[in-house]
Amino acid sequence: MQKFNTLKSIPAYLPIVNIDTDMIIPKQFLKTIKRTGLGKNLFFEMRYDDQGNEISNFVLNQNPYDSSKILIAGKNFGCGSSREHAPWALLDFGITCVISSSYADIFYSNCFKNGILPIILEEEKIKELSEYASRKEEISVDLNDEKIVYGNNEIKFDVDPFKKKCLLEGLDDIALSLKKSDKIESFETDLKNKKPWIFND
Amino acid sequence: MSTTLYDKIWNDHLVDQQDDGTALLFVDRHLVHEVTSPQAFEGLRNSNRKVRHPNLTLAVADHNVPTTDRTKGISDAESKIQVDTLDTNCKEFGVQLFGMDDKRQGIVHIIGPEQGFTQPGTVIVCGDSHTATHGAFGSLAFGIGTSEVEHVLATQTLVQKKAKNFRINVNGQLPLGVTSKDVILQIIGKIGTAGGTGSVIEYAGDLIRSLSVEQRMTICNMTIEGGARAGLIAPDEKIFNYLKGKPMSPKGENWEKALNYWNTLKTDTDASFDQELNLNADEILPMITWGTSPQDVITIDDKVPNPQSESDEDKKNSIERALNYMGLKPDMAAKDIKIDKVFIGSCTNGRIEDLREAAKILKDKKISSHVNAMVVPGSGLVKEQAEQEGLDKIFVNSGFEWREPGCSMCLAMNADKLKPEERCASTSNRNFEGRQGRGGRTHLVSPGMAAAAAISGSLDDVRKYQN
Repeated sequence: MQKFNTLKSIPAYLPIVNIDTDMIIPKQFLKTIKRTGLGKNLFFEMRYDDQGNEISNFVLNQNPYDSSKILIAGKNFGCGSSREHAPWALLDFGITCVISSSYADIFYSNCFKNGILPIILEEEKIKELSEYASRKEEISVDLNDEKIVYGNNEIKFDVDPFKKKCLLEGLDDIALSLKKSDKIESFETDLKNKKPWIFND
Repeated sequence: MSTTLYDKIWNDHLVDQQDDGTALLFVDRHLVHEVTSPQAFEGLRNSNRKVRHPNLTLAVADHNVPTTDRTKGISDAESKIQVDTLDTNCKEFGVQLFGMDDKRQGIVHIIGPEQGFTQPGTVIVCGDSHTATHGAFGSLAFGIGTSEVEHVLATQTLVQKKAKNFRINVNGQLPLGVTSKDVILQIIGKIGTAGGTGSVIEYAGDLIRSLSVEQRMTICNMTIEGGARAGLIAPDEKIFNYLKGKPMSPKGENWEKALNYWNTLKTDTDASFDQELNLNADEILPMITWGTSPQDVITIDDKVPNPQSESDEDKKNSIERALNYMGLKPDMAAKDIKIDKVFIGSCTNGRIEDLREAAKILKDKKISSHVNAMVVPGSGLVKEQAEQEGLDKIFVNSGFEWREPGCSMCLAMNADKLKPEERCASTSNRNFEGRQGRGGRTHLVSPGMAAAAAISGSLDDVRKYQN
């Protein structure tokens, strides 16, 4: 997994609440058996018309937002389907940080598995940051110090310490868990005695 | 210390807990489907890892499968690759798969319970948000992403943090024609699509206990639409009777042992919850969704909302956007919403009782001439059962198409989809923009309400058709 440390970009602002993962990446693109190549279809239905032409007033079709690395959006971002294709599409487009006042649980967790930092801020702060998007000014995100720097201001944000460590170091979850193999094995042995029907053997 | 049902299942599956609260949870049952698993198997292959417990894993193709004649295979090339990839992966890693021609094939959340793979007190995961369905059996069941699917395949565990306890008590009796679908739509309308975020919801109360196993599944299924991690109901005799004798249920001595354990699975009377909500079942009416979020609910007697009467700017914009997408006018009556299609099926309402409920309304009636309607049974076994009961004939005689099992038009990944601006009364779970096809308009309803809409040609009150 790609490490996340600091990031500087003009943010793109999508002022819609309850953006669901069907909106982020519609089902016709879930037929892939790869993780890559989904960026061009990110927000497909808002981004292209029926003929496949770019809709010019959609934010990610406009310069400089077409190369934004930070997306600011309304509350409850990523609700609905568990599809990891949603963070894969964001990542493939180049977005590695999302800022919202809340996220759906599965999407939130999926972000961290893919080197994307989802930041939670209060609504007021979101509005403040969105002005930087409209003025096309850069903001900086520093994961280690848990802060966003914009103009002469800064905002602190919170992130789970374990998730932070994994992002900063680009750690592979599976390798970490497999280090606990002895614990998994002893759990299984115990389980076979206590609940023999689980393994059904 | 007093604990909730969720606490008990959680504690019983802790393999490890770090000081920061991050836990490693054992997974008893892992369901796999073709859409969210190819990259996970690929990951295993690239790192030379195996599936740790193939016998705790069950796979089925459901999202991409055609619901028409299957003898010709899958015509869409990409869908075919995905289904074939699942087949190859299951063979290579030794995972049991119900193939497209197996009569046990069906929607992943319908086949789990049907086979007895789903059991009380277990932790069940699947790369699918509607995994919450299995919580109806008193299991902790939730959807995960593909990276987590790979993690479970490799380690039979999952990295998790404990969620909050949220209890929803529903007491009283449902009026005639009102179903568990209306209950869950009502709940989502009340708490909102983010109301359950960070929580596991336990459904309790005498109404919940009075529900059949299948009706409970409908409620737990849509828990995710309220944003919660999982929804569960304490298991009881109805659950045990349902599971007894199922192919993958415990047998003989193990059945007795399991039963002893299952009987302990309930929230202590003095356990505390972070949040509670009480609902009176007697006041619940047949519900519909008018907008593009499952929280956009009104009763069939209501009118579509007017953005002008909303003071909150975000809400006002959101209503306007939804009305515009849905092609509806503010303040129009729900019953004046004319529909083009009806879809009965999905992991929410594709079980035998759902089909019976719709067939009861449709018996000896014809659907409206401008309506195109289809029934997609949740599994091959549901289809077989329905045919034995003659339900297929009732549907076909009324004008419905009778299809092969799968997810179908719930998410329209296969050929079944709405055209732009087509309007559908659907028994599925999501009315998001484009969910059933680009530009398609979805109204979520119960199976009885879907049948009533098919007959009337507009959204209508199912109570009109009750004998």
